[in-house]
Amino acid sequence: MSKNTKAPKALRGVGNYIDDRFHLAKAGEKNLRKVFPNHWSFMLGEIALYSFIILLISGVFLTLWFKPSMAEVIYDGSYERLQGVPMSEAYASTLFIDFEVRGGFLVRQIHHWAALIFVAALVVHMLRVFFTGAFRKPREINWLIGVAIFAIAVVEGLFGYSLPDDLPSGMGVRVLQGVMLAIPLVGSYISMFLFGGEFPGEDIIPRLYMLHILALPALLLGLIVAHFMILWHQKHTQYPGTGRTEKTVVGTPMFPAFAVKAGGFFFFTFAVIALLSAFVQINPIHLFGPFTPTSITSGLQPDWYLGFMEGALRIFPNWFDFSIGGYPIIIGVLIPGLGIMGLLFGALAAWPFLEQWITGDKRVHNVADRPRNAPVRTGLGVAGIVFYGVLWMAGSNDILSETFSISLYTTTYILRTLLIVGPILGFIIAKRICLGLQRRDKETLEHGYESGIIQQLPSGEFIEVHKASSEETEHVLKSKPPVTSTALTEPEVDDKGVENPEARKGRGRFRRALAHWYTKDNVSLDGVRAHNGHHAHDSAEAEKEEVAH
Amino acid sequence: MTENNTNDNNEAEGPAPERVVGTPKVEERVVSETPADPYDDHDGPYRAFETHARPEEVQRRGEKIASVWFLLAFLGGIGFLVSYFVFNSEEIADPQIAQYSNMALGGTLTLALFGIGAGMTVWARQVMPHYEVHSPYDELPSSEEEKSSFGTFFMQSADESGFTKRPLMRRTLILAMVPLGLAPIVLLRDTGPLPGDKFKETLWENGRRMYVEGTHRALRPEDLENDPYGMISALPAIDDDHYPHGISLNDQAKSVILLIKMPEGDWKSRMTEEIEGTDGQTRLNWTHNGIVAYSKICTHVGCPAALYERTSHRILCPCHQSTFDAADAAHVVFGPAHRPLPQLPIGVDDEGYLIATGDFTEPPGPTFWEYAKD
Repeated sequence: MSKNTKAPKALRGVGNYIDDRFHLAKAGEKNLRKVFPNHWSFMLGEIALYSFIILLISGVFLTLWFKPSMAEVIYDGSYERLQGVPMSEAYASTLFIDFEVRGGFLVRQIHHWAALIFVAALVVHMLRVFFTGAFRKPREINWLIGVAIFAIAVVEGLFGYSLPDDLPSGMGVRVLQGVMLAIPLVGSYISMFLFGGEFPGEDIIPRLYMLHILALPALLLGLIVAHFMILWHQKHTQYPGTGRTEKTVVGTPMFPAFAVKAGGFFFFTFAVIALLSAFVQINPIHLFGPFTPTSITSGLQPDWYLGFMEGALRIFPNWFDFSIGGYPIIIGVLIPGLGIMGLLFGALAAWPFLEQWITGDKRVHNVADRPRNAPVRTGLGVAGIVFYGVLWMAGSNDILSETFSISLYTTTYILRTLLIVGPILGFIIAKRICLGLQRRDKETLEHGYESGIIQQLPSGEFIEVHKASSEETEHVLKSKPPVTSTALTEPEVDDKGVENPEARKGRGRFRRALAHWYTKDNVSLDGVRAHNGHHAHDSAEAEKEEVAH
Repeated sequence: MTENNTNDNNEAEGPAPERVVGTPKVEERVVSETPADPYDDHDGPYRAFETHARPEEVQRRGEKIASVWFLLAFLGGIGFLVSYFVFNSEEIADPQIAQYSNMALGGTLTLALFGIGAGMTVWARQVMPHYEVHSPYDELPSSEEEKSSFGTFFMQSADESGFTKRPLMRRTLILAMVPLGLAPIVLLRDTGPLPGDKFKETLWENGRRMYVEGTHRALRPEDLENDPYGMISALPAIDDDHYPHGISLNDQAKSVILLIKMPEGDWKSRMTEEIEGTDGQTRLNWTHNGIVAYSKICTHVGCPAALYERTSHRILCPCHQSTFDAADAAHVVFGPAHRPLPQLPIGVDDEGYLIATGDFTEPPGPTFWEYAKD
């Protein structure tokens, strides 16, 4: 450790040059001192960020050779098996990247894997934020930005998947067009305008290319920067622990430790993506052949993040389609194709505000919830995961059907049933587990933890000795906030005997009902004192000591 | 660091050339409203209880391990450059060699990246102190004085600007914005033509022969009668030098059909029902000698409904599993499709070739909101 805190001359020169122009010394130091709390789950968002950076870098490389053109060419490149086959220039130039540019295949694989990991990291990061209540005040707006990033990332991924113009990617565009056509009143117009005429036309790939490499990445970059500026300004949430309070954050400072850790983690993320790209082939477009609207192969799968939409399209029946005056309302396409997406992103966006309305909690929260301490929220989150998961499974119902030798139609009926029953069961089970964990926490707080030592009392009784929990554990357990709602604590009748007009209205009653549902069953820590109340053990300890003497 | 606390040492505040970057002036320090908080905004080195320096031997071992990782990364990087030049661009035309090249480049790149990541992690975890620094969250919201000062200033200035006081100016400005806002939307109009009849009209017309998809061979009824699978995918027989397949992808997407040979007596009731708007015609009139033609494009979202099960006469779309009964006017028996596959009326010409006897009476392809309207 150097005792010399004076910066070397050259560094001082640069620093002063910058400071003379921007007056940055104070702000610079404050930011270098910025504290990042430590927890593995805080690295999920980092994975998303690093994958995005890798996407930008690898994407720039691909644009050097990719030709976003649907002009038909007869392939005469170096991949022998497709020579003489008519195809779009887009597909031909993708083959060029694969078989004539050294490292081109690798960069394409890196780009594709990074995209899959980007969306996956976004999803897991959002789940972390959801389950720990990190979206609560003051971070609701950053949550909304996150939802927007997620939505745009999915669309961005779909467009990227469509660009090589191989058979599966073209079919993805076809499904997109089919969903668009079902929109009442404007569907046929939207399709004509987007495709510059009929499907597939010659415009869609240049247009998707512009959206994929310019418009959407710019939007994503802007939102990600906003996300980080807000995070930077508000600071991270942290998990309960000694010294960590709503007013004080504890962790690693930006400089030097966090910068090095985060830098290392970037390289780890990149290394994993490079490893997958080297050894796990994900987009062998040369095996699929060029897109034609008349051919198809079975077992087609979209990228994982669109699996839920594909699954919804597969298992949603046509039973609810109807017509108004000869104009069909195609529920069987509209609900799964657009409604499910809307439900997913809409529910995510609305939840922080709905929860705040139910609980009436307008306080600032910097300490994250442990998921067990918000059982209804956790239950709903699990229900959402199950709902999404069933739809996602349904996206491969043909493969499931073949693998397990169940008839395709039976598979579909099972999945339809699961889609309704699964989330309900998921909610109930998750909530019960949370409540069970709350009870165990209460027990641990009161009696300490089971030491694994069995003792026999002089009376012949066997007991297991409990030991006092560490201070840290005690702190974490005590951090459990009481789950309440102002809807339940506000008196229904004021001191003059007049009913609260808010509570009497339908909306107020509904809120009370929701608040009751949200708060009931919770294990209260009222009156619980740490390590107090296991008298048998205390006396056992005392007796043991006596015996020892 | 900890033993040399320069926080209150004003030597660094000397003349400009001696200024140390990052040393704030004492008088500039923001005084917090809660000075009692022990973790208040803190300058100078981190306090002793916030930095846990590693023992010297741990640091020394850490330095060695990190260096080994960095050396490995260096070798990986060199390996990447070597792998790039080992394979030349002609060799990678062979998919097998392309795969080796991919593995060599990817493997060495992974080593280079992982080595740097691992080295940095060892550096942070074994050489650097372990930090547990306390820092206050910003107070939210602003104080009442700040807020009311802002509000007063804002409203005063807004009043001064005249924006609130001069409604004529304000409203005309907003009015001026409206057409400008519409302009970009209007500009999108020429991104494509209006739908018109484009979804409804295909290349099929009375007398049009059919090619087996992907060939220029016109079909005869015997081709199906002798075909063991009883199903052929076909396109209108047009030879246009402009397109390798004779017709454009747009036309293929609309006009591709499935021809199916149905054994005698397997037709179901919907085939013999009278078709609306015709005098006494039935779907059977649109078949020829047990051969029926349906659009191959699924009415759900447009995948080719390419799977045909001969024994049950079911046509299955592999994308979303809409299932149509070929013996029953392509009626939807399972899955999400809204309507049957449109049927193409067919016959034979004088030379014995299969022909269409007209266009589809309903638009083929994904069902859209105005498909049933002429």
